[in-house]
Amino acid sequence: MTMLGDRQQLAYIASQAADARVNVELETEGMTLNIGPQHPATHGTLRIIARLDGEQVLWAEPSCGYMHRGYEKLTEVRTFPQVTALINRIDWLGSFANEVPFILAAEQLMGIEAPPRAQWIRTILFELSRIANVSLFLGDLGVQLGAITPVFFAFRDREYVLNLIEGATGGRFHPNFDRIGGLKDDLPAGWIDETRAVMRKMRKFCDEIEGLLFGNEIFEARTRGIGVIPRDVALQYGLSGANLRGSGVDWDLRRDQKLPMAWDKIDWKVWTHPDGDSYARCWIRLQEVRESTFIVEKLLDSLPSGPVMAKVPRIIKVPEGEAWVATENPLGEMGYYVVSKGELGPFRVKIRSASFNNISIVPWLLKGVYVPDIITILASLYFILGDIDR
Amino acid sequence: MLGLIASIPYWAQSLLRVLGGIVAVLLPAGTIVYVFLFKMMSFMQSRLGPMEAGPFGSLQLFAEVGKWLQKEDLYPERADRFIFKIAPLIVLSSTFLLVAVVPFGPDAWFTDFEAGVFYALAVSSVSVLGILIAGWSSANKYSLLGGLRAAGQLIAYELPMVLAVIGVVIQAGTMNLQQIVVAQNAGSIFGWDGLGNPYILTQFVGFIIFMIAVQAELTQTPFDMPIAESELVSGYMTEYSGFRFLIFFIGEFATAGVFALIASILFLGGWGVPFAWFGWTSIDSVDNWMNVVGPLIMFTKMMLLVFVIMWVRFSYPRFREDQLQRFAWKVLIPLSLVNIMATSVLKVAF
Repeated sequence: MTMLGDRQQLAYIASQAADARVNVELETEGMTLNIGPQHPATHGTLRIIARLDGEQVLWAEPSCGYMHRGYEKLTEVRTFPQVTALINRIDWLGSFANEVPFILAAEQLMGIEAPPRAQWIRTILFELSRIANVSLFLGDLGVQLGAITPVFFAFRDREYVLNLIEGATGGRFHPNFDRIGGLKDDLPAGWIDETRAVMRKMRKFCDEIEGLLFGNEIFEARTRGIGVIPRDVALQYGLSGANLRGSGVDWDLRRDQKLPMAWDKIDWKVWTHPDGDSYARCWIRLQEVRESTFIVEKLLDSLPSGPVMAKVPRIIKVPEGEAWVATENPLGEMGYYVVSKGELGPFRVKIRSASFNNISIVPWLLKGVYVPDIITILASLYFILGDIDR
Repeated sequence: MLGLIASIPYWAQSLLRVLGGIVAVLLPAGTIVYVFLFKMMSFMQSRLGPMEAGPFGSLQLFAEVGKWLQKEDLYPERADRFIFKIAPLIVLSSTFLLVAVVPFGPDAWFTDFEAGVFYALAVSSVSVLGILIAGWSSANKYSLLGGLRAAGQLIAYELPMVLAVIGVVIQAGTMNLQQIVVAQNAGSIFGWDGLGNPYILTQFVGFIIFMIAVQAELTQTPFDMPIAESELVSGYMTEYSGFRFLIFFIGEFATAGVFALIASILFLGGWGVPFAWFGWTSIDSVDNWMNVVGPLIMFTKMMLLVFVIMWVRFSYPRFREDQLQRFAWKVLIPLSLVNIMATSVLKVAF
């Protein structure tokens, strides 16, 4: 436990003792507050049971599963190409990114690799879905803290990115574009110039949000020092993505593992922040959106020519074996453990989604905070219900 | 004008005043909702706002009121019904009581009350009572939290507001709002009377503190923790629907308008134009046409001040309850005490 953790724990113990004294004197009793499943701050149907003393949280417990759709089981009765239509809907804001690790796992089992152009386009679409996803987070962050204006800017500018995804894949939210061995189609004409223009627009959006939120004293007062996750606690709870990098752990699967994707072909920066508080996590996400726009531009500069589909049999049978592939999705590490028995469909798929692990820290983090900070912390952890419940 | 008022019977005078009061509360409230809540907010957020009802959506508010009036009057099963029902009325009545002392022209006032400032600050805190009992009687945990937050916040911000106004009272030497207006417009800055002497120049600190306190009294962002849609789901208003919610809604914006009117009287010279322009010397020599132009001037100043209130509301995130209390007790109150001290010293010196 580092110093910050100690301080938080001591503050909690001290507050407990003080409250106990007051309770003995006044015989006050606590109150159990149900935050959710229907609550504007839970992005869907997460339920948090909080035991309150006044405005202070004594303990809190997330209760998930209100939107469980059974994707792991459903994949067992689908063929491999059909599975992508399902797993699109896990993290519904960055859906293309959900397809990639599954397809890579299937390709790994079959021993094939997508042609370079397909790898490049996959990476570009992956980063576009990250931009679409996280830019909405940046707007939503304002709403959670009471500023209603940024979310409209986010919805306005995310639309440009969704148009790009639609232009390339035909689907705005659920592209279902990835195929085993490559992609369904090549990029349409004019798409590359359009993308460059949109990337410039998204950088302007980032500047706008930075001026509107991150430069605001009230925003800083609400987020700095709130919900501090020390480095080792973050590692113990298995956090990933910006939540982990916000605690100062320099860990990004895009850079740290070898995959048939194009990230290692260009230069880019992994952002980290030493503080581990809500501000750090939000700041990291802002920087990552900006970095992603540069990644997309650099990939467009070096886009190779050639086919977008490798030679694969018409009816795909994945040979017997097991494969684990994880990628750095917008919300964090997302991985698929695919077990195949040589049939048309997978025998078993284990989905490791980022949000489920990220919210596991909630009981630890919410002890001793005030009710408004619950919202700040939940917003800064950034989960998507589909990604928790699957 | 005075002769005209005096020549009609007392009951008719009273009726005129009540009707005038209703207009003075509801007209600004409707205008504020349309111009700022519907249109300005939309333009700030790169959208158009209501466009269908009437030209540029100007009748949208009537459509909304019609919708609210049709809704069923619901109350929670375990609510304290009588208290639950009268809570919005208490909030709105505080607004009507507040407008009673606001002068709109040399003769266009509802009551010419000697302790007008004192009265205004006293009745403005009645709304706290309504909000507190609304939160308590709803039998809802979110409402309870919202109501208690509102009580703590409104009491904390009452004090800087009173202290900020004391500077004006010291400078004007009167608590009568009408005479405060006259003192500003008949005054002069170092002998130059082309602008009168609006107290925003001398009481600038007081004006800023007053506007911050008004923002908190109105529970507008960044001080909207009692409502806080994203955490308390509208706080003390959670369980209200239909016309009771409508009353809360009107009360919120009408109070914004009335507080802006009071701020314009205290700091911006109220209904008056500098008396030197027309050679007036006292309130008795002001021409009668000011009774028509005065309300328009007041309305313009009110819209300007409400614009600032709404501008802040739409662009800032909200404070946390403890940060807000700290801000009130550690920053605003000491600052306003210093302001009072400086005003007193300068008053004696000049």
